[in-house]
Amino acid sequence: MAELLLIGRLAGRRVAFPAAKVEGVVELEGITPAPGAAAHVAGLSALRSRVLTVIDGLAALDLGRADEAAARGAIVVPCDGHTYALIVEEVEDVVEAAGPPAPLAAPVGAGWDRVALGTVEANGELFLLVDPFLLIAGPAAHAA
Amino acid sequence: MDELINDFIAETRDMAQALSGAIVAWEAAPGDRERLDEIFRFVHTVKGNCGFFDLPRLEQLSHAAEGALAEVRAGSRVADTALVNAVLAIIDRIGELVQALETGESLTSEDDEQLIAALSGPAVTGQAAEATAAPEPETKRSLRSIRLAVDLLDRMMNGVSDAVLARNELARRLRDAPRDVAVEAAFERVSACIAEIRDGITRTRMQRIDSLFSGLPRLVRDLAADLGKQVRLQADGGDVELDREMIEMIRDPLTHIVRNAIDHGIESPDERVAAGKKPAGTLKVSARQAGNQILIEVADDGRGIDGDALVRKARAAGLISAEQADRLSPAQKIALVFMPSLSTADAVTAISGRGVGMDVVRANIERIGGVVDVDSRPSQGVKLCIRVPLTLTIIPALTVSAGRQVFAVPRSAIDEILRVGAVRIDRVGAAEVATIRDRRLPLIGLSALLGIDCQTPREEQKLVLLKPAGGEVYALAVDAVHDHEELVVKPAAPAVMAAGLYAGTTLADDGSPILLLDPSGMAKRAGINFVENEIDRALHAGAAEAEAARETSLLLFRTLDGGRRAVPVAVVERIEDVAADAIAFGAGKLRVSIGGRILPLAGCASAPAEGKLRVLRLTDGAAEIAYGFAEVIDIRALVLDLQPAPAPGEIAGVALIDGAQVELIDTHWLFAQHADAGRDDAPAPICALPEGDPWIDNLLRPLIEGLGYRVARTGEAADIVIAREEDEVPADANVVRIRASAEGQGIHRYDRAALIGALAAAKGRGHG
Repeated sequence: MAELLLIGRLAGRRVAFPAAKVEGVVELEGITPAPGAAAHVAGLSALRSRVLTVIDGLAALDLGRADEAAARGAIVVPCDGHTYALIVEEVEDVVEAAGPPAPLAAPVGAGWDRVALGTVEANGELFLLVDPFLLIAGPAAHAA
Repeated sequence: MDELINDFIAETRDMAQALSGAIVAWEAAPGDRERLDEIFRFVHTVKGNCGFFDLPRLEQLSHAAEGALAEVRAGSRVADTALVNAVLAIIDRIGELVQALETGESLTSEDDEQLIAALSGPAVTGQAAEATAAPEPETKRSLRSIRLAVDLLDRMMNGVSDAVLARNELARRLRDAPRDVAVEAAFERVSACIAEIRDGITRTRMQRIDSLFSGLPRLVRDLAADLGKQVRLQADGGDVELDREMIEMIRDPLTHIVRNAIDHGIESPDERVAAGKKPAGTLKVSARQAGNQILIEVADDGRGIDGDALVRKARAAGLISAEQADRLSPAQKIALVFMPSLSTADAVTAISGRGVGMDVVRANIERIGGVVDVDSRPSQGVKLCIRVPLTLTIIPALTVSAGRQVFAVPRSAIDEILRVGAVRIDRVGAAEVATIRDRRLPLIGLSALLGIDCQTPREEQKLVLLKPAGGEVYALAVDAVHDHEELVVKPAAPAVMAAGLYAGTTLADDGSPILLLDPSGMAKRAGINFVENEIDRALHAGAAEAEAARETSLLLFRTLDGGRRAVPVAVVERIEDVAADAIAFGAGKLRVSIGGRILPLAGCASAPAEGKLRVLRLTDGAAEIAYGFAEVIDIRALVLDLQPAPAPGEIAGVALIDGAQVELIDTHWLFAQHADAGRDDAPAPICALPEGDPWIDNLLRPLIEGLGYRVARTGEAADIVIAREEDEVPADANVVRIRASAEGQGIHRYDRAALIGALAAAKGRGHG
């Protein structure tokens, strides 16, 4: 069976996330700041009595900060025993990949190179395949 | 097959651990058939299993031990020290092999032969039958149990925590929604079920502290043997239950304390005899539950901690100045034992001189929210008391806020909460210093630390005095203090923990996430530079007390009948709620049972019919009494203008506090009146009684104990021996003879006055 992909918009681009790594999609109800935490952590939120660590997708790419008032859509990603909510601008759909992902042939742009797994084709379009775990790790992890 | 072998490993390990107590007991009394059987069963089981799994070395060892033990059981051999040691060595080796099996290491088999050879000592016949006689009839039924993987338990616990939080969220939504009785009833049921499950799961995480104590007999035996000392271990309260994780956290500190006690505390037999003690030292390890804390006490009757030697060491190491040394109180001197890099032993020994000191013990205990206290009396021994919370996952916390955000602070780190208005705050450069009762404390503003916008002026803020584990007290200014809550705390994501300010996350009742602040992390982050060390602080506090000598710190409270009374804070040990059924009128006084002890109860005339009673636990240092009251009003430091009461009694006088008349309790009178007499710590004289005589057991024994004597256990040396006419006594014993017949030698057994007189005389002889 072909890999399922979650298509969403992040920093103005339509990208694909491997659906297997995503638990669900939520509308965040409010974010409690976590002062002093890493820069790409927008704060904490709650989902069905669980604490979510909210990751600002834009900040994780080192491309600025998400607009707090507007951005409430997030994808839920469990990773290493913690649950994260990754803020994206829009979540479109879950689609089936047409084939296995292909490695990147050329740099795809500042910030993106770090989180991109390759390209993948679905519904006749080519998407950048993004690893949510690398987004969660944040820019600092790359620098270190 | 792998699974079977894992079961075998786990089972053997558990059995070996449970057995170590039995082995020591067997060594002490080789005639004890029960213990012998227990050990025999162990090696027999191991042997059987080894055959099945094809583990020739284990089989050989267990076979040899089984053979030797079978001879003892059959009476053809006596269990002498050599045999006991050989069997012990084999059981140890079995443990090592099983461990190796588990980790996949290999263990050399060279000396297996030696171990087996050690078993075949000379076989003795004849006396054996006598030695194995008289087994104590004691049957132990094993409870039905199954083995579970620990992570499964953890998963269940996490699931239940989630369920609790989900229930809270549902409760909140139900409150907002229009009322529906049917839904509410269903919710109540779900709620009750979840509470029940949570209770059950929590209990599966609880383990009897026995598992911590079961290794002690062996440890004590081996250490004592190595050091040429005689030590008798008394473990008590093994049925107290504690969170499994907690037990693991306490294991090392407890072992260390026990090692210390035997190595440094208890003297060699010669030294003890010279000091007028029994050659064998006693080590008492006990556990009991008090509220949501567990108290573990380790007490020895050794030489005690030499406070002056510690001071000399601390001086030599440059930890304190000569001036400081002069001003230390005895208790402060002894507390030096917790200073890093101080050890009382002049020579580093193999036993406890391994670079791990009491400072590490204290740090470990404090890390899990516990406290260690030490009390020492020269030549009478040392008592160490460890207090730890029951579980790790549910933390009592105080919620505070900075700006509009709520945070939690672990209550274990909180010393005190104050209004800023009552405190002088100085600005020194960029830093702030709060002066509280002549103590200068660094001040951290929570909002500033976290970069939160804060509108509350400093004067309206509250100060929370925090004492992080192993650190110094500092003041944290918060915008508001909310509530005490029991929070289910979970670790935060690494990116959040990276801030170094938080200890975890939790959810508030309204479903919003709360960060649990880490007191020591905050101090580090704020760059607090503690100039004063701990000793200085203690001295400083002492000096401040002297200056404020005329001021008395008083706890104001409302009595059960609504009056306002005050009691000095110094005598209040703690405040507790007790159930009404824990209160009873007995032996002429109203008494209450708290934490396994019975305390006289003052402050109320009769037990409340139902519900709970709030009590102050007052102490004069030795005795303790409980004082029932309704509620705490305040704590105030005051220079009292007391109008004395006309006659001595419970009330010393009346004073005006905040414009209201407050009665001050006369604590001296209270203790004189209520405290149980005869609780002095001098060891009770020991009195040996003939055994197996119902009259002695039922009539004489209570009288003797009532007079303050302790009745000797079988075989224990006694100060006084009470004997009947027909009893034979050792020539050098201090004997009081009693007789049942009207005429004859000794005192008639119903002549109470003569008996008491004779005992007193004998006691005098014994001490002379």
